[in-house]
Amino acid sequence: MSNKPLSTGAEWTFELIEEYDREIARIASDFGLDTYPNQIEVITSEQMMDAYASVGMPLNYHHWSYGKQFVETEQRYKRGQMGLAYEIVINSNPCIAYLMEENTMTMQALVIAHACYGHNSFFKGNYLFQTWTDASAIVDYLVFAKHFIAQCEERHGIDEVESILDACHALMNYGVNRYLRPKPLTAAEEKERLNVREEYNQRHINQLWNTIPKKVEGSDASKLPRFPSEPEENLLYFFEKNAPLLESWQREIVRIVRKIAQYFYPQKQTQVMNEGWACFWHYTLLHQLYDEGFVNDGFMMEFLHSHSSVVYQPPFDSKSFSGINPYTLGYNMMQDIRRICENPTPEDYEWFPDIAGSNWQTTLDHAMRNYKDESFILQFLSPHLIRELKLFSIIDDSEKPTLKVSAIHNEPGYRQIREQLSAQYNLGNREPNIQIYNVDIRGNRSLTLRHFIHNNQPLGEDTEEVLKHIHTLWGFDVHLESVKPDNTTATSYHCPPKEKLELY
Amino acid sequence: MSYIIDRRLNSKKKSAVNRQRFLRRYKKQIKEAVEESIKKRSIQDMDRGGQITIPRKGTSEPLFHHGKGGKQTRVYPGNKEFNSGDEFQRPQGGGGGGTGQGQASNQGEGEDDFSFSINQEEFLDFMFDGLELPYLVKKQLMDATQFETHRAGFTQAGSPDKLNIVRSLRAAHARRIALSGSDREDIRELKKQLWALETEPVSDDRNQKIHALKEQIKALDINKKRIPFIDDFDLRYNNIVKTPMPSSKAVMFCIMDVSGSMTQSIKEIAKRFFILLYLFLTRNYKQIEVVFVRHHTHAKEVDEEEFFYSRETGGTIVSSALELTAEILQQRYPRHEWNIYVAQASDGDNWDGDSQRCTQLLSEKILPLVQYYAYVEITNGPHQNLWNEYQEIHQNHPEQFAMQHIEDLEDIFPVFRRLFERKTKGAA
Repeated sequence: MSNKPLSTGAEWTFELIEEYDREIARIASDFGLDTYPNQIEVITSEQMMDAYASVGMPLNYHHWSYGKQFVETEQRYKRGQMGLAYEIVINSNPCIAYLMEENTMTMQALVIAHACYGHNSFFKGNYLFQTWTDASAIVDYLVFAKHFIAQCEERHGIDEVESILDACHALMNYGVNRYLRPKPLTAAEEKERLNVREEYNQRHINQLWNTIPKKVEGSDASKLPRFPSEPEENLLYFFEKNAPLLESWQREIVRIVRKIAQYFYPQKQTQVMNEGWACFWHYTLLHQLYDEGFVNDGFMMEFLHSHSSVVYQPPFDSKSFSGINPYTLGYNMMQDIRRICENPTPEDYEWFPDIAGSNWQTTLDHAMRNYKDESFILQFLSPHLIRELKLFSIIDDSEKPTLKVSAIHNEPGYRQIREQLSAQYNLGNREPNIQIYNVDIRGNRSLTLRHFIHNNQPLGEDTEEVLKHIHTLWGFDVHLESVKPDNTTATSYHCPPKEKLELY
Repeated sequence: MSYIIDRRLNSKKKSAVNRQRFLRRYKKQIKEAVEESIKKRSIQDMDRGGQITIPRKGTSEPLFHHGKGGKQTRVYPGNKEFNSGDEFQRPQGGGGGGTGQGQASNQGEGEDDFSFSINQEEFLDFMFDGLELPYLVKKQLMDATQFETHRAGFTQAGSPDKLNIVRSLRAAHARRIALSGSDREDIRELKKQLWALETEPVSDDRNQKIHALKEQIKALDINKKRIPFIDDFDLRYNNIVKTPMPSSKAVMFCIMDVSGSMTQSIKEIAKRFFILLYLFLTRNYKQIEVVFVRHHTHAKEVDEEEFFYSRETGGTIVSSALELTAEILQQRYPRHEWNIYVAQASDGDNWDGDSQRCTQLLSEKILPLVQYYAYVEITNGPHQNLWNEYQEIHQNHPEQFAMQHIEDLEDIFPVFRRLFERKTKGAA
């Protein structure tokens, strides 16, 4: 192979980007990567900051929190406290990737390989994205959401809309269906549905309050069926459907926030895999480009320099340590799977009998399509990699005076570490488990939420504030009980606060 | 298949609205921060934008998350010396083995304050938010007219320097087409006959006819050309009209006592006050002139440098400055062209017999001419005779004459605010 290098300098041009993209696309399809069409947009650093501020979306409704994000990013960037990401990629069809003007040609090629072929194929292939998001509709939906919210601001005032949005944002993590599969959205259907809802509301009163309370002889309050009959984990959904005092436009805003939360949900669950996959492919694709002679040694040196800083994992006692780097973990696991396929050791045959020695491309493709972080780690984290990263686990029990090392990278520890690391990526463990438990439909309409305590971890200090937001949405008293596994209440929170009520 | 798009020319200000929303939401905190920073700033950069710091606590968005405590198991990389079963003390201050902060709460960790920059325009907006020129002044502003000229189409009469050539020639062309209409029709008709004749076989009769036709056409052509190329009523002139404009010129008099009793620190305070006033006026008027008048026993008009920094000693006769001000007003700043503001700073000390004269000068010569007269007394001690004297004037001219007392640097901005606070309609 003796191709001429596509470029030798650092400067990029649109022609060069096109050429690199063509070659990378060719190699990617040789490797069997299936992608959405790409839309590569070259932007300036200011525009990159804008994109940061609107959570990476090409457009979004207006909210002060995005402005706060923006001034913060701007400040830190200007002071040199932080660099901007080299790229942002959006799960849409076509897949939109932003390249920054300041990047060198090498960086642009790296970003194209990473985002336009790595992330892009992940978005298209992974089961979570396939089930939960509709890449072709998201941009249209955002346009709809932006217009709708702007309209509400005109009609009801910025403050009104803001208070609903604030409340919804506080509950954004509790606006997803973890198990039910949502129907894909389209902007047209949304509008249609909106009209139907409006009309329906004209004709019906909220079912929930339809019954005039009747005292049934001998009935005991505790025997009455609870509402909702099953606890509801999707708080925003519950408020959208059942909050008694919300106007229909407010319900619609709740729905918008909920839908957007749902859209981002797969990304939260596949961070390690998604980044690992993208890093693995930019590494593989650009090496292939080098082997074919399209890029020279200088290109590779620059590329490897930034590659290795992206996948660097500082040890736990280093100053720059801030948790496990998802890029490192993901990238190494992907490479490790390839190693297990290509050069299996006796240990690998023992641990991974079904993939050791198999075709690496098929195996990786299967892994990318059918797992999320939690299950991916549980399935594929090998003793080899545990040793390489020198993983160890620590038990921190607030009832004990000391911390305890529970497992290290040795024979008895491998499984334990693998399970614990996997559990660490289980969203259910990271966020407190809070559900709608009961509504006092025959009494003062107060709402009771339950927090199911996991591993004895209490709720953080924001809880009271979040309750205020829930109160905004619900409109009547709100109670939150932290319940221990043995069903006894550990703490309870109230909004408005209990003490005050007793005073009057 | 990839599309490559250059978006660099798209607007950069996508976040501008969100940023405005943020400023709007934290208006109160930002205003406090601006006022705080005014106190600390040196005079030169009073009007620059800059770093604003507000408490982070108010800006955070609450979320449900795990608090400290409970039992957590976490996996860390880079083991060096640990073996399973090792136990050790919790590191203090959340180091490597940190007592668990849930992932969700990591946002906004670290600094307690939230800093960001605002530009000059925004800074001044916050600084002067809620202030306005007193009601009375606005009313007078409407009377004090000046003219602004602007274009208003075209007219048929005017002076030659306003001649619009394109329009005039267009009118001439139209006129020529209109007037020559029938001639040209005839010519067309004759030419048709001519062409018809030319196709016929050659004969004497034909030649004669052709000749006759050509003569006719020639005559008509001459007729046509006789229409003048340009005529009086083709001429168009640019129309320029005058509209009355509220005067946008203002002059600000800074009067300061520089007698022995005024220390440098009092002068600093006075200077800040003057600068605030200047900045405030620049936001209301296009063009501002500043006149510096300093005085001890007699007054003198000086430049800025000398006004603030040169030292003099001696007694104090305030009326000298007022007299000079009145004189300058009369000579250079006619009432109907200028909005006149006077700010006087003093430590309140005045020669005993002079205060009476001040009152007289003010109410007879100065107050009838000016929009607003602000007097600040900078002193730690008790009020002196000038204050008492001025209080009377204030009672007689409550809208036009304002007086406030400043004790130290901290007071400047509050006092300034009090002087220019937006008055409710009912009170005015």
